[in-house]
Amino acid sequence: MQRLRGTEVRISMSNIHCAFENGKAFIPFITCGYPDIETTKAVVREAVKNGADLIELGIPFSDPTAEGVVIQSANYRALQGGITTDKVFDMVRELRNDIHIPMVFMTYANVIFSYGTERFISSCRDIQIDGIIVPDVPFEEKDEFLTECKRYGVDLISMIAPTSEDRIAKIAREAEGFLYIVSSLGVTGTRSEITTDLKAIINLVRKHTSIPCAIGFGISTPEQAKRMAEISDGAIVGSAIIKILAEYGTDSPVHVGEYVKSMKNAVRIVRD
Amino acid sequence: MMTNKKGRFGVHGGQYIPETLMNAVTELEIAYDFYKNDSEFNAELSRLFNEYAGRPSRLYYAERMTRDLGGAKIYLKREDLNHTGAHKINNVLGQALLAKRMGKTRLIAETGAGQHGVATATAAALMGMSCVIFMGEEDTKRQALNVYRMRLLGAEVIPVKTGTSTLKDAVSEAFREWTSRIDDTHYCLGSVMGPHPFPTIVRDFQSVISREIKAQILERENRLPDYIIACVGGGSNAIGSFYHFIDDSCVKLIGCEAAGRGVDTFETAATISTGKLGIFHGMKSYFCQDEYGQIAPVYSISAGLDYPGIGPEHAYLHDTGRAEYVAVTDEEAVNAFEYLSKTEGIIPAIESAHAVSYAMKLAPELSRENIIVITISGRGDKDCAAIARYRGENINE
Ligand SMILES: Cc1ncc(COP(=O)(O)O)c(C=O)c1O
Repeated sequence: MQRLRGTEVRISMSNIHCAFENGKAFIPFITCGYPDIETTKAVVREAVKNGADLIELGIPFSDPTAEGVVIQSANYRALQGGITTDKVFDMVRELRNDIHIPMVFMTYANVIFSYGTERFISSCRDIQIDGIIVPDVPFEEKDEFLTECKRYGVDLISMIAPTSEDRIAKIAREAEGFLYIVSSLGVTGTRSEITTDLKAIINLVRKHTSIPCAIGFGISTPEQAKRMAEISDGAIVGSAIIKILAEYGTDSPVHVGEYVKSMKNAVRIVRD
Repeated sequence: MMTNKKGRFGVHGGQYIPETLMNAVTELEIAYDFYKNDSEFNAELSRLFNEYAGRPSRLYYAERMTRDLGGAKIYLKREDLNHTGAHKINNVLGQALLAKRMGKTRLIAETGAGQHGVATATAAALMGMSCVIFMGEEDTKRQALNVYRMRLLGAEVIPVKTGTSTLKDAVSEAFREWTSRIDDTHYCLGSVMGPHPFPTIVRDFQSVISREIKAQILERENRLPDYIIACVGGGSNAIGSFYHFIDDSCVKLIGCEAAGRGVDTFETAATISTGKLGIFHGMKSYFCQDEYGQIAPVYSISAGLDYPGIGPEHAYLHDTGRAEYVAVTDEEAVNAFEYLSKTEGIIPAIESAHAVSYAMKLAPELSRENIIVITISGRGDKDCAAIARYRGENINE
């Protein structure tokens, strides 16, 4: 019953657009189960309370090839702590009692595939996960998950990288939810400087789609976030948040909350 | 075997990699499609194969082994006699030449046993390119001699401390490095794995093995062999040994995986026996993994076979039944390592010893009219310290 109603309401479009209706968006990434699932829940709630517009929940993978050392070790520690895909689903189900902003999963192809693509993506719909980001599934392979994503109204988020060049048009044209613009070469991790000509990339994207663009990889300070928000629709921050979790462990939620507040304040005021 | 545009072998293969690398693999595919038909490129590669690597490698009739086992006639394809001591040089010379033509000045590679790292460092030295090798920290200990060889050849060796500190982690780290530096760098992947076009490129460069076997056996025996047996890590020496026989259905193709302490233990690397379909390191294929798709920490005494996956073309040959994959334990491989050394005076790589072991089981069941070809993918000098340790003897290298 519940399921059917869900299908009707959410069939064609997720709620991701809501994340971009409150000024420029701030999007924190959190590795689920690091250091434990209770902390993850508390961190999500603090982030939302302090202005996060969309939450990116990482489902840990043993071999996260697009990740730098910080997120790699969070994945490793979370798996050591016994996190599983089913436990992440249970956590989200519980969070959905009081968290109403859009949430997406970030994980690797094998986590979805091995769970059973249809079973995974229909579960996303059931627990109101709005989209999935799969860094090892490029445009050429998106058919792997696209049919199920469309069937269950879960957006398959596409990424655009500094090397995408002639690929930008086709990726942008078929993009759903929002476009994840990778700020620089390499894997995730904080960077002191971002030198890619992101403005040029986003101008190109804009010729082909009107969906929001958020920039991620390497952002850690409010100044960086502000600069990214000036040229896009929002900033995504992962490693800097995981560093707070690494430093404060189960005491992290209040610290993540403060950090999210400072980041959201930095991007909120930016106008196009 | 035809591959479609995305490099699929049945359901296997594909290009499951970050967007950042997509143009790099596309550029590689375009360059390869051009140069594979370029007569100048092929002449240069042949010259390197013959003059530098010492090809063709011998097909040696193992008479004492044949007599001792008392069944099929056994031939050894001596890839161990190649320069740098393994089949890895075939692929590396091809890829390095291609990278050079593409204007790249830097090679990066993963290595398990160190043989692919040594081969890559060698080609880099030969062609005046810089070279960085990623090697699991665990493997730098198991294969200390090869670490020294790579450094001697001018390469930088980076011990990888993430995950299980073995081959799969070295592959992941090499991919990460490539993502951060693409312009001047070619990732010289060491086996028939990873995203398209690597499984096809590496197979084509290694297929020289079966091309030679075919010509050599026809000259010696005036007939095709009944069995080709090769060890399988990612599967490059095996696919190289199988390739030109795939359409000869009378030739049975057998790949030997590392069972480690046994396929019923968790300390194994036998992908076909214990793995299931998955997506990892750029490809869809079979992988050792848990119920949630977390890649399993595999184990084998052989660093070169200690990988949780198998190349997509092998996965396909398994699906269609064209090739058969069997698992060989540490103990069986070590016995074969010692056996070939004592019987024929040939010390095989511990990887290759997995293939020798299966042939030792098979040969006595066959008749004198049957012919088995075993690919000796590499020489065993690198393994002596580890095998001595396995037998409880400590020889300081
Ligand atoms: C001598 C030797 N044989 C076999 C292998 C396994 O690789 P592949 O299965 O690609 O031939 C290795 C890998 O390091 C090796 O060094």
